[in-house]
Amino acid sequence: MSLVTAKDVSKTYLTGDIKIEALKGLSFEIEPASFVSFVGPSGSGKTTILNLIGCLDKPTGGILKVDDTDISHLKRRAAASFRGENIGFIFQDFNLLPVLTVFENVEYPLLMVQNVPSVERKKRVMDLLDAVGMIEQKDKYPDQISGGQKQRVAVARALVTEPKLILADEPTANLDHKTAFMVIDIMRKMKDESGTTFIFSTHDQKIVGEVEVIYVLEDGELADRQVKGDKGNV
Amino acid sequence: MFNTFKIALRNLTRYKRRTFLTASLITVGVVFVLVFIAVTGSFKHMMIGQITDSFVGHLQIHKKGYLASIDNLPLTLNLNPKALKKVEKAINETAGIEAWSKRIKFGGMFSNFVETTNIRLNGVNPEDEIKTVPLLFSRIKEGDKTIRKGEILVPELIAKGMKVKVGDMVVVIATNKDGSVNGKQFKIGGIVESATGPGGRDGYMHIKDAMDVLRMEKMAVSEIALRLSDFSALHDVHDKIKGSLSNELNKAGKPVFEVHTWEKLSPFFNIARMIDVMTFFIKIMLIAIVLVSIMNVMIMAVYERIREIGTIAAIGTMPGKILSMFLLEGFCLGVFGVLTGVILNSGVLYILNMMGLTFDFGRQKGLILSPTIDLSDVWVISAIVIVVSVVASLQPAYKASKMEPIDALRHV
Repeated sequence: MSLVTAKDVSKTYLTGDIKIEALKGLSFEIEPASFVSFVGPSGSGKTTILNLIGCLDKPTGGILKVDDTDISHLKRRAAASFRGENIGFIFQDFNLLPVLTVFENVEYPLLMVQNVPSVERKKRVMDLLDAVGMIEQKDKYPDQISGGQKQRVAVARALVTEPKLILADEPTANLDHKTAFMVIDIMRKMKDESGTTFIFSTHDQKIVGEVEVIYVLEDGELADRQVKGDKGNV
Repeated sequence: MFNTFKIALRNLTRYKRRTFLTASLITVGVVFVLVFIAVTGSFKHMMIGQITDSFVGHLQIHKKGYLASIDNLPLTLNLNPKALKKVEKAINETAGIEAWSKRIKFGGMFSNFVETTNIRLNGVNPEDEIKTVPLLFSRIKEGDKTIRKGEILVPELIAKGMKVKVGDMVVVIATNKDGSVNGKQFKIGGIVESATGPGGRDGYMHIKDAMDVLRMEKMAVSEIALRLSDFSALHDVHDKIKGSLSNELNKAGKPVFEVHTWEKLSPFFNIARMIDVMTFFIKIMLIAIVLVSIMNVMIMAVYERIREIGTIAAIGTMPGKILSMFLLEGFCLGVFGVLTGVILNSGVLYILNMMGLTFDFGRQKGLILSPTIDLSDVWVISAIVIVVSVVASLQPAYKASKMEPIDALRHV
């Protein structure tokens, strides 16, 4: 069974009287434990499709299912709850909470979203910080660590709730070449260990080179689907 | 909740200067209001004590219609022995009355054999009177602190105007109930200091002497002053005694007696009410200060943290939790302002008491204020500030909780 199923998904924005069709009838399926990327030029709809899969926005047409749940019509609270239980986010700008330490940032979703008991919470946070190589910096605040370290913390935060799906919007855009590779490597390792599906939206060739499936978007339409070691039009 | 509280506190420490300034504003407001309440409250209680304990008493009982004609001191509206007995019975049956005193009030002429002036006099039984108005004897500036038969306590203004002193002989002339005039010689036993309010410039003599001057064969008193064992039970005792006497009706079916608290007898009650009104408006000002400062700082906090709100909403934080995060920030600001305000207020009151605040009221000079504040007032002000802090945070917090994560994350 697919983790993400999109059937004829469309998204139209209204800017004043102007209608902008961000997505035009997208259909695809993403399997569990896969490493997938949406690529395409700016304005092609990469971020829009990630926002829809992440229940941050609603499609204007079609059916979008995540883990067999139709997320197209989820209400506000239900969407928040669904996100908290099933989806992790990694942002381009890391979006760590500046008043919390590295440890507390990773702990936040367990504490404030899932209400995980203290002992288990601590174990899961420490394990993940160890896995992303940030255990030494656990008591530092975000402004005391580098961009690469921030993104590693963000990866740990996204994984700590053991979500089925992690959405990463341009996760390496603000990182240098070496750090970007390191972060991708960590994400890949995490995917292999935990079986979490990673979906990226990116321009970054480093990510494109690492993913298993690439969906190419052009003007809101799916132009191509490439599988690593295979190549074929959708 | 503890974790939300911890995050709220951390967010407050993020902009230390702004938090400090906002909390300081609340602190200053709290100190100002508490000191104002302490000073005006002490002034009010002191003046009420002066008035009730110097001459008015806590309650007074008269024949119906006496108070309306009190300026004339009508002898025709005195309580006859039969009525007096009924009042005595009602007093004895009412709990909470510590002491009571019968007074014959009348107006007369005061002569030093050279000049004559008018005078208002109270005929009292000194033992009962001092129990009812214990500060009376402290008002005697010259002479023995008592009222003997054959002696008169002269108000200081009359003594000064008539150039008489303790030991001098004077004559008091008065018209009795039947309209005939009588006079009697008295020795000046003391000079009594004036006090603010009606009756504050009256002279005193023994009740037997008053009966002699007025040629009263049986005692008919103008008023009965009462002192309560617990002043806070004033209205309860008033209602009870009024209830006991309400059955006494005259031939026309109207009540025979009237019972009044000091509030109806002294114009200072209006000043006391003005103080209460001012205190109320000062509290409103405090509410405005807290409301505006907290709302301002919370609106800023929400505006500056839109992307953070988007992030925590995206990772699944429920809107209610986001709301409570911001409400707790406002709550913490209010609590911090209140705590420092209450502590500083204690210091300010200590200093004021050390300095010894003095003031004049009417002819009373050099009254010393001892500002103190009731714990109940501290609780009320603290509760007001904290509740207003939370209410002021409500709109920004609600706005934060209602933000769409996708819009918040796009915010630059």
